[in-house]
Amino acid sequence: MPSEFFIPDPEGQVPSPEGYFGDFGGKFIPEALVAAVDEVAVEYDKAKHDPEFARELDDLLVHYTGRPSSLTEVPRFAEHAGGARIFLKREDLNHTGSHKINNVLGQALLTKRMGKTRVIAETGAGQHGVATATACALFGLECTIYMGEIDTQRQALNVARMRMLGAEVIAVKSGSRTLKDAINEAFRDWVANVDHTHYLFGTVAGPHPFPAMVRDFHRVIGVEARRQILERAGRLPDAAIACVGGGSNAIGLFHAFIPDAGVRLIGCEPAGHGVETGEHAATLTAGEPGILHGSRSYVLQDEEGQITEPYSISAGLDYPGIGPEHSYLKDSGRGEYRAVTDDAAMQALRLLSRTEGIIPAIESAHALAGALEVGKELGKDGLIIVNLSGRGDKDMDTAARYFGLYDTDAEVAADAADLAEIEGDAK
Amino acid sequence: MSGNIQLLTDTLAGARAEGRSALIAYLPAGFPTVDGGIEAIKAVFDGGADVVEVGLPHSDPVLDGPVIQTADDIALRGGVKIADVMRTVKEAYEATGKPVLVMTYWNPIDRYGVERFTAELAEAGGAGCILPDLPVQESALWREHAEKHGLATVFVVAPSSKDERLAQITAAGSGFVYAASLMGVTGTRASVGAQAQDLVERTRATGTGLAVCVGLGVSNAEQAAEVAGFADGVIVGSAFVKRMLDAPDDRAGVEAVRELAGDLAKGVRGQA
Repeated sequence: MPSEFFIPDPEGQVPSPEGYFGDFGGKFIPEALVAAVDEVAVEYDKAKHDPEFARELDDLLVHYTGRPSSLTEVPRFAEHAGGARIFLKREDLNHTGSHKINNVLGQALLTKRMGKTRVIAETGAGQHGVATATACALFGLECTIYMGEIDTQRQALNVARMRMLGAEVIAVKSGSRTLKDAINEAFRDWVANVDHTHYLFGTVAGPHPFPAMVRDFHRVIGVEARRQILERAGRLPDAAIACVGGGSNAIGLFHAFIPDAGVRLIGCEPAGHGVETGEHAATLTAGEPGILHGSRSYVLQDEEGQITEPYSISAGLDYPGIGPEHSYLKDSGRGEYRAVTDDAAMQALRLLSRTEGIIPAIESAHALAGALEVGKELGKDGLIIVNLSGRGDKDMDTAARYFGLYDTDAEVAADAADLAEIEGDAK
Repeated sequence: MSGNIQLLTDTLAGARAEGRSALIAYLPAGFPTVDGGIEAIKAVFDGGADVVEVGLPHSDPVLDGPVIQTADDIALRGGVKIADVMRTVKEAYEATGKPVLVMTYWNPIDRYGVERFTAELAEAGGAGCILPDLPVQESALWREHAEKHGLATVFVVAPSSKDERLAQITAAGSGFVYAASLMGVTGTRASVGAQAQDLVERTRATGTGLAVCVGLGVSNAEQAAEVAGFADGVIVGSAFVKRMLDAPDDRAGVEAVRELAGDLAKGVRGQA
């Protein structure tokens, strides 16, 4: 019986055997990691064609993760988007609260097949770290998570979750103390411990085969969404919208729609305080091609190839790189990428919470803000799918401070006034 | 002007003719300042180093441990630019007549432009480059320009490298082969990996005529003497940087690296 939930790319045109998506991708890694990365490629290729692997992963995706995830229409939210119909792909309802578990379970199974006993991972918002710690608890693997020190503070709840699950969490104090530096530190660990350790990379970046493999594990998002929207709306959407940091939830949603020329694929990058301020992490909007973390892709860098420090209110998008397949989609014109500010994302977060009773992750709120714009552009006949990649529990401290929701905060009153404005907007 | 690959080859052959290993030292450019870094490199040559690798600091040094990360941070905060790295190479070479390489990550060169970088490095009197995150399969463009400008391409081999890869790497490389003594990032270690000798032997078994030099973890004369027993060269980086970080002032740092180079120079002559 064919696999229902593990659905790797059937076309296989990209990447090339060397891991290139057009000009992007490749394998820029130290010699010490070549054997291990090659082993991952070989084992993944075997697993991809092994019905037993697909059966095992499908079983987990259904009975552990809770797939398929729902497609929820959000009409009260959509009133603020020019009347277009908007559906949310509810990856926030997966076990552990985000899309990250799709990839993690696949790679955890692969870790077992390779006979490795220890897993390391980087995390920004903590969602990948939590998912990895979860899979390690489930499979009895030793687990170390690297997280930038700034992120351990703004996502303290997820640090506690990871530790509760038995993982060691290491706060990384080098560089910008965010996701980029967590990846650097994870690579340093991997080089030293590669004989028994798998680096369970959390996004569609890194050296080949990670961009293709992680994409394949997330492809189920778009495959399900495509089937669901056809059932529910009777046609394909005008746009599929997702937030992009490294780009895993976006490629997961987009990929099944790539052959559907009428479906616009729109990635929303973090503009932070505004691209013009320099305080942002909008890699495709403001970056140039370069090499970061093992592959060629767009990178935020200066004229001498030093990586510049990114900024976003969202820890999960606060990254100066992007998966190579997104760079390929951008340059080929198949993908569109726009930048969304902190403020626009936070407004969208509150709007969805108050109109639909769904509190999104700040990451996903960037996609929601994008949908508000795109909906207005499309008008009332528009049909949009937004990937709601994660839930917002982890972000409540950031959101409460942003909106002044703590009792001690006089701004609670101001927030109530804003709400009246929101209601007014929709009329 | 052509680069100094021949000077590098001759220097390593000269050490072999003396029946000893060569001493190869690493120091980052711009640390603690550009001029201070140049003084330190001259002192290391004066103390007895045969070859110096000048680090071009990078914002994301994924193969470096905390010591070199700290030095890179200091250099980058001080505003070091590629032009400063070129000046460092030029002044170190002109003052000593000895081979000077650059060691860095691939992105700064990719961004700067391979042709521009190799032309300027050759013009400065550089002998070649070590690019530890540019594996042989991705290196064709670099090698084309390096060869055109008379610069060596020094590849790293690791204990995990399979024999067939060692053959590919030694066939594509020039200058010497950098054998990583252990699986890990740069930094001083109490002992040099036991895998080092095995790796040197496997590398030589490819039939390469290149010198095989061992780096990672070597920090004192005893370790240098041990490595010199089986390798053509001993590469020391973090131990020099650490001496400078620990020194009370820049002047003392220069003297400390001169002294360490002297000790290590005895070590590579089996006099530890």
